Amino acid sequence: MHIPDGILSAPVLVGGAVAAAAGVGLALRRIDERAIPRVAILAAVFFAGSLIAVPVGPSSVHLVFGGLMGVMLGLGIFPAVLVALVLQAVLFGFGGLTTLGVNTFNIALPGALLGGLLGPMIRRASPPGAAALAAVAGAGSVVGNGVLVALTLRLSSPDYAPVASVVVATYLPLVLVEGAITAFAAGFLARVKPDALSPQLT
Amino acid sequence: MTPSMMLPQDPRLRLLTAFGAVLLVSQIGGLVTALSALAAAAALTLAQPQRPGWRRLVHLEGFLILLFVSLPFTVPGAPVASLGPLTVSAEGLLLAATLGAKVSASVLVLTLLLGGLEPARLGAALAALRVPETLVRLFVATARYRVLIGDEARRLGEAMHARGFTPRTDRHTLRTYGWLIGMLLVRALERAERVEEAMRCRGYTGRIPRLAAPRPAAREIAAAGLIVASAAALLMVDRL
Repeated sequence: MHIPDGILSAPVLVGGAVAAAAGVGLALRRIDERAIPRVAILAAVFFAGSLIAVPVGPSSVHLVFGGLMGVMLGLGIFPAVLVALVLQAVLFGFGGLTTLGVNTFNIALPGALLGGLLGPMIRRASPPGAAALAAVAGAGSVVGNGVLVALTLRLSSPDYAPVASVVVATYLPLVLVEGAITAFAAGFLARVKPDALSPQLT
Repeated sequence: MTPSMMLPQDPRLRLLTAFGAVLLVSQIGGLVTALSALAAAAALTLAQPQRPGWRRLVHLEGFLILLFVSLPFTVPGAPVASLGPLTVSAEGLLLAATLGAKVSASVLVLTLLLGGLEPARLGAALAALRVPETLVRLFVATARYRVLIGDEARRLGEAMHARGFTPRTDRHTLRTYGWLIGMLLVRALERAERVEEAMRCRGYTGRIPRLAAPRPAAREIAAAGLIVASAAALLMVDRL
């Protein structure tokens, strides 16, 4: 989820930018020239996937794929998310320019952590096992994103504290949908193209 | 002075102007200055020959709606009206209105300066601004593949609809979308391998030559400076 320009305080914006730059910088040092098309194409798939509206009752949610990106890209999720967010800002005018760092960090960090933690287990598991673990990665990355958004708001202004404490609840439909779809997608990949589930950055 | 002359044309200047203006406006705290920023952005948008993208203002994330609706009730202050046990405070209304004006002004500035920019030109501008080469190439490549993969996703979506698929809130929909993403990823990865091999065949060494961008005209630098200076002036008035 994106925080637009005009909401956050300057220290939070700077902190987010520094943290995101560290993640992106670390990833760029690991990405080989030859892996750029792979990272770019995966970033484009996740960008296209985020345009799918999954109906939830009368409303709908848009997917983020933080967990799946973390498993498939490892640390490469940081530049992939950054690039996708810049494209969204340029093409659709949403997201934000000053909040690029904060938003990149909030989405990429949970994905990178869960991908690093569960990725090796997913690659060793049978397809149903991989799907179950991927569900945890998918749902967990959305929860992590929600917690970080709440934290960002709370650090920015005490006025946002009441909203920050309930913002995670608004993520609940997305947690369930993202977990389920990540599970089906990972199960599919485990059967059809298992080596897709490992980050090949070199 | 024609309307388009009020904006710099050089993509590097556009990036810097947008970033500077939005950063300054985002730190405004008062309603009057925030509304002035919104009015200035709206006037600049209206002055452009192309159709303004007001539609983009309507896009609100879920938590933003929550923020605008709840702030009047949760911020303590002088009560204005009461709704059962809840009271609306003047301070809360003020804060919600200020945030709304700042967010809208920023979206207009973003659309105005970066909206029509081609990703390839933006990539060249980013490289000129010393953004790491790998990141620039990643950006330009993603912008290109986004179109290809979007077409592929549309083809798969049409095939699903032709077979009677309607999205609902059920397991079948989730599984279908999961497999759709899986299929997109499989095809995209195979495409990535082909692209990589084709590029290496042609001696790709990790660098693509890029034309040197000409120095922006003084008039453009002035236009960019004027926009950023206006935003800075608003912030200074706000802090007085």
